[in-house]
Amino acid sequence: MAQSRLSVGLENTPQQGSSGFLRDLHIDWPLMTGLIALSIFGLIVLYSASGENWSTVSRQMIWMSIAFLIMFFVAQIPPHHIQFWTPWVFGFGVLLLVGVLLFGEVGKGAQRWLNLGFFRVQPSEIMKFACPMMVAWYMAEKSLPPPMSRILIALLILAIPVALIAKQPDLGTSILVASAGIFVLLFTGISWFLIGSFAVTVAAAAPVVWFYYMHDYQRQRVLTFLNPESDPLGSGYHIIQSKIAIGSGGLYGKGWLNGTQSQLDFLPERSTDFIFAVFAEEFGLVGVLVLLSLYLYIVIRGLIIAHQAQSTFARLLAGSLVLTFMVYIVVNIGMVSGLLPVVGVPLPLVSYGGTSMVTLMIAFGMLMSIQTHRKLLTS
Amino acid sequence: MQYSKIKLKDHLRETRLFGSRVIFAGVGVFLLLLVLISRMIYLQVLSHDHYTTLSQNNRVSIISVPPPRGLIFDRKGKVMAENLPSFTLELIPEKIKDIDTTLEGLQGVIEISESDIKRFRRALKRNRAFKSLPLKFRLDEEEVARLSVRQHQFPGVDIKAELMRHYPYASLGVHALGYVGRINEAELKGLTTDYVGTTHIGKTGIERYYEEELHGSVGFRKIESNARGRVLRVLEDQPPIPGKNIYLTMDLKVQAAAESALENRRGAVVAIDPQTGEIIALASMPGFDPNPFVNGIEYKAYRALADSLNRPLFNRAIKGRYPPGSTMKPFVGLAGMEYDVVHGSSKVDCKGWVQLKNSEHKYRDWKRTGHGETTLLGAIRESCDVYFYDLGLELGIDRIHEFNQHFNFGETSGIDVPGETSGILPSRAWKRRVKNEAWYPGETLITAIGQGFNVVSPLQLAYGTGILANYGLKIRPHLAYAVQDAENEALQYFEPEVMGVVPIVKKSNWDYMVASMQRVVHSERGTARRIGKNVKYKIAGKTGTAQVYGIKQDEKYDQENLEDHLRDHALFVSYAPVENPRIAVAVIVENGESGGGVAAPIARKVMDAFLL
Repeated sequence: MAQSRLSVGLENTPQQGSSGFLRDLHIDWPLMTGLIALSIFGLIVLYSASGENWSTVSRQMIWMSIAFLIMFFVAQIPPHHIQFWTPWVFGFGVLLLVGVLLFGEVGKGAQRWLNLGFFRVQPSEIMKFACPMMVAWYMAEKSLPPPMSRILIALLILAIPVALIAKQPDLGTSILVASAGIFVLLFTGISWFLIGSFAVTVAAAAPVVWFYYMHDYQRQRVLTFLNPESDPLGSGYHIIQSKIAIGSGGLYGKGWLNGTQSQLDFLPERSTDFIFAVFAEEFGLVGVLVLLSLYLYIVIRGLIIAHQAQSTFARLLAGSLVLTFMVYIVVNIGMVSGLLPVVGVPLPLVSYGGTSMVTLMIAFGMLMSIQTHRKLLTS
Repeated sequence: MQYSKIKLKDHLRETRLFGSRVIFAGVGVFLLLLVLISRMIYLQVLSHDHYTTLSQNNRVSIISVPPPRGLIFDRKGKVMAENLPSFTLELIPEKIKDIDTTLEGLQGVIEISESDIKRFRRALKRNRAFKSLPLKFRLDEEEVARLSVRQHQFPGVDIKAELMRHYPYASLGVHALGYVGRINEAELKGLTTDYVGTTHIGKTGIERYYEEELHGSVGFRKIESNARGRVLRVLEDQPPIPGKNIYLTMDLKVQAAAESALENRRGAVVAIDPQTGEIIALASMPGFDPNPFVNGIEYKAYRALADSLNRPLFNRAIKGRYPPGSTMKPFVGLAGMEYDVVHGSSKVDCKGWVQLKNSEHKYRDWKRTGHGETTLLGAIRESCDVYFYDLGLELGIDRIHEFNQHFNFGETSGIDVPGETSGILPSRAWKRRVKNEAWYPGETLITAIGQGFNVVSPLQLAYGTGILANYGLKIRPHLAYAVQDAENEALQYFEPEVMGVVPIVKKSNWDYMVASMQRVVHSERGTARRIGKNVKYKIAGKTGTAQVYGIKQDEKYDQENLEDHLRDHALFVSYAPVENPRIAVAVIVENGESGGGVAAPIARKVMDAFLL
C-alpha cells in the first residue's frame, strides 16, 4: 500500500492534472463519466417504461446509489488483494450454488435464490465476476500462453459453476458466466487453432445439450425464436411485440413517453428485459445509435484499462470483464430485436433491477481498482 | 527474485500477445455492434412502415355505433312502433370488492333468478375484470326505481339503458306493421356494412318493406385501447344517421273498429281510399302481439301461435286466397254491358237452375225456387246466379278474363307490405299452363259467379272495388305516405302512383252498376239491406258467399251438421259515400256463411268509424 501511494504521482494516467484528493478516491473518471451518463439515460427510459411510475424510478435510484457505493469500495481494494482473495470468493460462490440446489427458493420455474435469513442472494450473480477471477487467477500462476493441460484444468474449473447454474435452470446466466471464463482464456493468447477446435466442439455438443440438458421451456424459447409467428399469443408474443415496438419507432422515434407499444402495455417485461424496445420505440434509430456509442465508449475505455494493466491477473480479469459487459449488451439487444433467442439478460444500467446492477458495478469497481493502483514501470 | 527474471522475460511476450488480443477483441466488439446496428436499420428504417401498421392495428380499433331505428306513426300521428329504453343490470367486477356480498345485497333489493346468477358467474370467469357484465335483463320500472335509490350502496353496479323496439298497440294492425327481430344467419349474408353493430332487422310488414329507410346509417368511433382492451380515448367520432320515421295511411281508430268487428272470427278487412290508394285499415284476425318477437319469442309461445288452427301469424288480408263468390258479379256484369252483351233492360228468366246443351249437369241458383224474370240490376241486388250463368256463357271466358284484368285480379297490387298473393284469374292460357287441360264451357259458368278457379285476396277485392268506385282510375295501394328524416323536420311525401286506367266504353254502364250495387244495401230486396238502416251516407256493395266444400249434385247444403271449417265463407265488398267514394272496404269472414248477415255489418262498422 505504501508503495502504491508513493508511486501515485508518477502515474501516467488520464486523471493527471486532477487534484490529489480525487486521485486518492481510486476512481477512473473517464469510465465514471460514461457510467453516470448511462445511468441517467437508463433512469429517463425507465421513467417512461414504468408508465411514469416514480416509485419504480426512485427504487432504481436507490439501487444505483448502492451499486455505485459498492463499486467505490471495490475500487479501493488493490488488484493483488483481489487476486489473493479470488480462490476464497470462488469457493464461497460454488458453495452457495450448491446451497441453492439443496435449499434454494423456487421462483418462475427456476431455483435461483438462497435465503440467508436476513438477505436473499442469487449466487449465480456472484459467479459473473468470481468465474473470470478464478480462471485469471489460475492462468496468472504460470507463464503464458498456457499449455494444453492447464487450459483443460481451467475449463474444468469453469465447468463446475456453469453446470450448477444451468441446473437451476438459468441458461442466460450460465452462458454469461461461461463466456466470461472463456474470454480469460482468449486473452491468455492460446492459439487460434485451439480456439477453432473449441468452437467446433461446442457446435458438435449443441445437439447433446439440446436433447439431454435443456429444459422444455428453454427448448421452447429457442423454437419460438426461430419462428415467433408460430405462437403469436403464447411465447412468440414477446418477440413479435418488441419487434413492432422497435420497428414502429423509425428514425426519430415516437418521442419520450409516447411509445404506444409500451405505454399501452402491448410490450411485456417492458421495464426489465425488454426495456430496449421501449427505448428504440420512443427514441428511434438516432437514440439507439447514441446509446450504442455510449456503450462503445465504456467498452473501449475498459479495453484501454485492460491494455494498461500491469499484472497478468489484472489484465486477464479486466479484459474478460469488459467483454462480458459487451456480451450483456449484444445478447439483450439481440434477443429484443429477434436476432437471438429470449434468455433473461438485462440491459446493463438501463433495465430495472438491483441485483444485476450490483454485480455489474462490482466488475466496474475491479476495473477502476486495476486502473488506479498501477505503478509506473521503469522502462 | 530468482524466477522474477524468467517472469520478466515472459512478461514482455505476454504483454505483446495480450496487446494483440485486445486489438482483436476491439475489432470483435466493433463487428458485433455493426450487426446490431444493421439489425436496427432493418427494423427501424427498412421495415418501418410494416411495423407502424402493426403498431396502429394494436392500439386503434373501430367501434360501430348502430343508428336508432325510425319510428312508425299512423295517419293521425299516433306512434305505432317506438324505441323504448330497456334496462339491464350490469356489474363491473374490478370495481366490486366482494362479488358474493354484492350479489346477496342485490337479491335483497330485486328478484334475481338462480339461472341469472349462474350465467353471470360463467361470464365472470371468461371476461376481463373491467368489462361490464349483465346480471339481469329487462328490468321493470319498479326494479329500476328500487335499484336507483340504493345504487350508492353498490359500487360497480350499473343500470344500462338500451333502445328496444316496442309496439305500444300490441296486436293492433300487426299484420300491416310487422315487427323486427334479431338478425339471423341467413339475413346476415345479404347485409351491407351499414349493419355492423345492428342487432335487429324488419322481419315482416312495413318494418321489413321500409327496412332501408327505417334503419339509417351506422356511425363509427375510432378508439384507442391498451393491450387489455380497455378504451383509453376516442380518436374520431362519426355519429350514426338515425333511421327515417314513417307515416302510415292506416287510421288506428278504423283499424281498431275493423279488428273488433271481426271479434273472435277468422277473417280479414281491407279498407282503402279509392281516390288515393291509401290503405285505411288492413286487418287480419286473429292477430298476435309482436312485442315478444323483438328479442326472440320463447319456443313454447311460438309453437302455440304457429300450431294454432286459427293461424294468427298468417296475414289473411294480403296472403289469404279465397274464392270471391258473388262479389265478382259486379265486374262480370260490367263486362257484359261494356262488351255490349247485355243492356239494363235485358232479362233472364231464372228457374233456379240451368243446363248446358248435351249435358245432364244442373247449374243451380242459390235460391232453389229461382228469381223469375230478372234484369242485371235485380241480379246484382238479389245475387241471382242463373243470370250470370247465362251472361258468362255469352261473354265467354276470354272476355271475362280480359275485362277483369283491368281490375287487377290475378296480379299483385304492389302494396308496400311484403308477401301479397296474386290470386288466380282463370283463363284458357292459365289452365293450359297450370293443369295442361282445355277449357270447358261449364267452367265459364261457375267462373262468372266467382267460383271455380277464381282466387282473390281481401286486398285484391278492396282494390278492385276501389277501381270500380273510382270509375277505372287505378292507384297503387300503399300504407306509407311520407317519411321524415328526424322528429320536427318536414315530411317528405310519396307521390300516389297511378297504375293505369280502365278503358270506359260507356259511362252509363258504370252508373248502372253503381246503382245496382247501391240497391244491394239501400233497397227492400237487397242482400245487404240490414246495413242500409239508419245510415247517414250512401253505400254501394255486393255480398258474397263462397263455397269451401263441394257439395254433390242435388245434395242439400246442411248448415247445421256441417263442420265449422267446411262452412261457406262470408264476403262483402262495398264503398261509400256513393257520390264521392272515400272508402272501399272488402270483408271476408272465414266460414261466416252469410255475406249479408255477417260480412256486411263489419264493413258498415268500418265505414262508420272512418266517415262519421
